[in-house]
Amino acid sequence: MLRRRTLLWGGLLGAPPLWAADDPTGGDPLGSMQWPTLRRQYLRDAPMVFSEAVTVRGPAFADDAMNVPLLVDARGLAGTGGGVAHMLVVVDRNPVREVLAFEPLRALPMLAFRIRMEQASPVRAMVQTADGRWHVGGTWVQAAGGGCTVPGATRADGSWSRTLNQVQARFFPNVIEGSRRLRVRVMHPMDTGLVAGIPAFYIEQLQLVDSAGQAWWRLALHEPVSENPLLTFELPPQRAGGFRLTGRDNNGNRIDAEVPA
Amino acid sequence: MKAAWAALLFAAAAHAQSQPDPARLDHGLRPRQIAEHTWVIEGAVADFSRANGCNIINTAFIATGEGVVVVNTGPSRGYGEQQRRAIEGLTREPVRHVFNLNLHPDYFFGNQAWADRPTQALAGSIAGMKAEGAAYADNLYRLCGDWMTGTEPTPAREAIEPRTLSLGAHTLELRRLSGHTGDDLVLIDRRTGVLFAGGLVFAERVPTTPHADPAAWLASLDTLAQWLAAGEVRQIVPSHGPVHSGPVGVQQTRDWLRWLTTLMQASAEQGQDLSELLRTPVPARFAGWAAQPAELHRSLAQWYPRYEQRALDSRAP
Repeated sequence: MLRRRTLLWGGLLGAPPLWAADDPTGGDPLGSMQWPTLRRQYLRDAPMVFSEAVTVRGPAFADDAMNVPLLVDARGLAGTGGGVAHMLVVVDRNPVREVLAFEPLRALPMLAFRIRMEQASPVRAMVQTADGRWHVGGTWVQAAGGGCTVPGATRADGSWSRTLNQVQARFFPNVIEGSRRLRVRVMHPMDTGLVAGIPAFYIEQLQLVDSAGQAWWRLALHEPVSENPLLTFELPPQRAGGFRLTGRDNNGNRIDAEVPA
Repeated sequence: MKAAWAALLFAAAAHAQSQPDPARLDHGLRPRQIAEHTWVIEGAVADFSRANGCNIINTAFIATGEGVVVVNTGPSRGYGEQQRRAIEGLTREPVRHVFNLNLHPDYFFGNQAWADRPTQALAGSIAGMKAEGAAYADNLYRLCGDWMTGTEPTPAREAIEPRTLSLGAHTLELRRLSGHTGDDLVLIDRRTGVLFAGGLVFAERVPTTPHADPAAWLASLDTLAQWLAAGEVRQIVPSHGPVHSGPVGVQQTRDWLRWLTTLMQASAEQGQDLSELLRTPVPARFAGWAAQPAELHRSLAQWYPRYEQRALDSRAP
């Protein structure tokens, strides 16, 4: 097994090994048999590499399967292929595998957020650089699971409708040196559609725009993002006046809130 | 000083090793006498696991001369049955009281073995056992496997109030504190000076916090420290960690709670995300404790989101 894994990594550096077609994980360093279908679904035939320049940090064990904290960081690709254009986060073994898609634009290519997990799974970030190449990193998160198929707290107590799409935001300077952190919370039940009688109801789009209407980052969210999403971004340190957070959920409800500098 | 305490703790722990046999689901319980008429049955100083039979709690009993008082009944029906056999092997006195010191599963999941005896707890603990028993069972069956065979959550039947209980040669003070849970029952044996501290005191083991209120817990630890200083308490039986004398367990628990709450407060104000905080190294004085880092991660996952929310609520001007 050890020798086989060594060969496998070796294979990534050069031509695919002759037996690659026999490997049911498609060479996945996380050893997941879901990887080949994930790759086909999201990357198709685009060139890709597994890369340590893309890190996904999650807990070793998801103590709260409805709020699994993740930090995706692709800053290591800053000098590669023209820089990061786009990142996708997917969970191999969730009933809804796609978690979010992030265009950092003027933000750093890193993002913290929480997700629901239905069972233990690899969690991956697939990052596309400007030259079209994909760089894939990931981690395993163990879990007792069940996070996608139970209602969230505000759905269970019915309070979600009183706070729907309300926004809180706060800047924190220099958590990362030379950067300005923005933490945003949007109140939303983020129903997965997998709880009996509760249709999927989730935020689909968010972006941060400046007073000139220019987007600083764009985010597409899917069902597995946790209730009342708490999102953490890294923006350039210089102040550019105020921002607005805009977006909408899949029922067409609008999100539009001032984000004071 | 600190080293001396640690040596003392480990000396006690050396006696504690029960030898679980998974093939026979035998916990190998070995009561150890710690004071006159008083025995503890020490669990592993660890997190729940199949290897330790999920036996991570210290249970205890006092043979007063006019009947036995049992403190806590362990994590499963099998544990409770083996605990009862171990007690009946050491004394022929009838069991008069079976106390569950709080609502957590390892304090009461052995109650099935004591169905013909008065099982007793504070009213709030009983309410919690009823509300959460099924969820505890789901979790422990997943973690412990066959060790749980036949276990059905069986809350204590009788609610008790704090009082003084005289039985045989012993006078027991039953007192209500809180903080580890909403209702923490503690027992002081006036004759021996043994304090059965339940979950309020952890020694050499990361405290568990699923029902904790840190401010109330710290206040209860101050109360315990006063009892120690006043000479009311000479020996402490924590539910998790070695039996010890002196304030070391109280101090360790207080030190941990203060460090953890200070860390969360400061980190939330800096804008740290939970995913980053999970990577915080613990200070060396905590690093060797049992259940590290799993228990720390559970506490952070449970508590830190509230600190993050407060930091958003109080957006800096």
